[in-house]
Amino acid sequence: METTVQAPKKTKIIKTIHINVDECNGCRACEMICSAFHAEPKYSSSNPARSRIRVIRDPMRDLYIPVYAGEYTPAECAGRDRYTIDGKAYDECAFCRASCPSRAEFKEPDSGLPLKCDMCESDPPLDQPMCVEWCLTDALTYEEREEEVEAEEEEEAMDEMEAGLESLVSRFGLKKVMDGLARMSKRNP
Amino acid sequence: MRYAETGFNLEVDLTRGNVERVATDPALTETYLGGLGTNAKILWDRVPPEADPFSEENLLIFGTGLLCGTPATGANRTIVSTFSPQTQLMAFSMMGGFWAPELKFAGYDKVVLRGRSPDLVYLWIHNDRVEIRDASHLAGKGSLETAEQIRRELKEPKAQVASIGLAGENRVLFASIEQGRSSASRAGIGAVMGDKRVKAIAVRGTKDVNIARPEPFLELCKEVLAYIQWREDHPIKGVIPILAVLGSPQEMAIHDEKWHTENFSWGNARVRRRDFWNDEIAKQWTDTLEGSRSRLISCYNCPLRCGGTLSLPGLQTYMMKCFSKLTYTMAAFSDLEFGLTIAQKATEYGVDGYTAPQTMAFALELLENGILTEKDFPGMPEDTEGRFFWLLDRIVRREGIGDVLADGTHWAAKKIGKGAEAYAHNNIKKHEQLPLKLGMLNPVYYLMYCTGEKINITQIEGQFPQAAFPKREHREKFVKDWFQVPDEKFKRYFLEWEPRGEKSNPNYPDAQAACDIVDWQERMHYIDDALGICAGVSSFHLKPPYHIHNLPKFVTAGTGIQMDEEALTAVANRNRNLIRAINIRRGMRRKDEKPPEDHWKKRFPELESDLLSAYYRYKGWNLQGIPTHGSLKKLGLGYVSEDFAKRGIPADDDAGEASPAEAAAGEETT
Repeated sequence: METTVQAPKKTKIIKTIHINVDECNGCRACEMICSAFHAEPKYSSSNPARSRIRVIRDPMRDLYIPVYAGEYTPAECAGRDRYTIDGKAYDECAFCRASCPSRAEFKEPDSGLPLKCDMCESDPPLDQPMCVEWCLTDALTYEEREEEVEAEEEEEAMDEMEAGLESLVSRFGLKKVMDGLARMSKRNP
Repeated sequence: MRYAETGFNLEVDLTRGNVERVATDPALTETYLGGLGTNAKILWDRVPPEADPFSEENLLIFGTGLLCGTPATGANRTIVSTFSPQTQLMAFSMMGGFWAPELKFAGYDKVVLRGRSPDLVYLWIHNDRVEIRDASHLAGKGSLETAEQIRRELKEPKAQVASIGLAGENRVLFASIEQGRSSASRAGIGAVMGDKRVKAIAVRGTKDVNIARPEPFLELCKEVLAYIQWREDHPIKGVIPILAVLGSPQEMAIHDEKWHTENFSWGNARVRRRDFWNDEIAKQWTDTLEGSRSRLISCYNCPLRCGGTLSLPGLQTYMMKCFSKLTYTMAAFSDLEFGLTIAQKATEYGVDGYTAPQTMAFALELLENGILTEKDFPGMPEDTEGRFFWLLDRIVRREGIGDVLADGTHWAAKKIGKGAEAYAHNNIKKHEQLPLKLGMLNPVYYLMYCTGEKINITQIEGQFPQAAFPKREHREKFVKDWFQVPDEKFKRYFLEWEPRGEKSNPNYPDAQAACDIVDWQERMHYIDDALGICAGVSSFHLKPPYHIHNLPKFVTAGTGIQMDEEALTAVANRNRNLIRAINIRRGMRRKDEKPPEDHWKKRFPELESDLLSAYYRYKGWNLQGIPTHGSLKKLGLGYVSEDFAKRGIPADDDAGEASPAEAAAGEETT
């Protein structure tokens, strides 16, 4: 008789924002509140250019698409994509969530550091991300569900600071960044 | 650090092509807040009262409200202020949209244009970089077309553009400034922009707007949002559809137009069609709107969908809001499809949606009555719709009769003569009004029409129901959750107000009640106009989410300026009096303060005169409507009082009481 040893099952919470573009009124409240939530201290400023969500908004062509910031990528894609949906053509890379060297989206306007949606992670946790709470037109709605996952599938996602450092390294080289860090640590021991 | 505001204005000398970033005095913010208040202060200080609106001396100020760019819902208004070439008084038209927040994010509270550019230019403001750019290739282009082209050539799809069309370039006295789904239309400010030879101002900003006390500010915002949601789910019963729900109003969403079409007048504000609305028309108009409207849209940071994107066969897409939906339709005795079609052209040309249709209906009435003749309209089509299109084209190009009509009904009638003045019958202070012709004088509305400095009823009314509710039980229900009132007495006024009998119009609300009600209504507008909050979520509405009890907290938490109800009321009074003083200095007096003669069928000259005197006294003005030395000093406007004294403007308490000569010097100033 053979026995199979099952890998221990783990569950994880899948957080989904449903985006219904038909309901989007283009008001950009989501951008505004995202930037305010992530301001330091919290809500001390607002600036949609710092937001981790952006609304592609072109009223004359009826384009309204909220897009969330995803992973930082050090290199641009080999090619670009350009969608046409229902006869409406979108800009190159419109739906791409990446903070990427080929464009200004999802970067801090001053430093150029990458931004990424963190679902408004906070302690204690919020019922739903702020963009969803601020969207009274229900273009954005939120859902959480539990899913079983294989333990080894999980990989630690790069945290925000590491992503930032990585982008600095790709821009200036590892040596310069390390030198800079060393200098800073001398100034502020 | 400055909070809510940036602390900088852009000063643009168009004559010399010079641009400066100028730090502003924080004390001015404490005294006047921002938006309309500080705009007015600049106009008082810098434009001499004798300046011609079409001169280099006149300023054109694009001011953001103090809370624009903060998380406060609906704080997105651009307050454009200048001197009107039509009324010759201060004009302060405003627009929603996205422009004001963008300017804040670029690092400026206002753009102040002075002088006149030698050539047609546009301004490109991108954070610290500001350019005056050639716009000769944009001459004659439509307002939306211009905005599109500028975004393309700058490669800045996120730039917000305020622009004028052909009407502004040709200084049509009712030209508008258009901006996406919004426009600043009243009193000809687009003509001033055209006179300054500025085709557009494009803005892109990526800087922060700071909040003084972040957590409390956000809590206030959350309360407002929750209340907006509650109001959406609980429309007010017993009032017309547009007043039942919040919005500026939500004309693009609402199909039931029984109230507008049967209560407002058609043609040149003449004909009431009491049995107009029926199922067939309701269906036809619903089909028209549903068939052309691709989406309901909003301004920056606002969930209310007052605007609509409209695409009609063979026409460029455009955006529409508010009552322009019906003004062309009703002026031409036509249907909604015609109204929405010609409004597309009118938006590209950039004309005011009240004055333009009224002026065209006025011209056709003059033709019908033989004051103008066929010779004045060479080549004009036979059908009314065709005639409207033909007239609009002539007006914006100032061709032939269009050149006369381009000055609006008041000035056109003067020029035409032969009794044409009687046909320019729907004006206040030379400015066309909503086409409303009613029966019994309403004392509250009488005062608002007379004294509203913006000369547009929707920008002074709100808060208090427009008519008495028929039954006491309905009134009692209405006042139950009416927490927005500044004082319990307003509930009493409303409860006692009956549709018929002793306690009804014109005798009730009585003078004291009417003064209180008007003062409350306009106070809320003056606060909104300083803070940049849209009247559609605030002062225009019954039971709005913003009110006198939470607005001071917004100011305190947003800016750090300590504010309570009393202090905020004082600022509103100060701004209100400063604007009145600006107009007084330009010659406005009691004789100018009257509604159109035919606005109500039943008029009561003695009662009206008493009401007006009572209101003047209530506001601290003398019987000429001039703020008195005493009340000016109390408001911290001592410099106005001194200026009045220097110019010999009679600002004593008793001025006007015993000087029939001045009161009778009734001919309007030109």
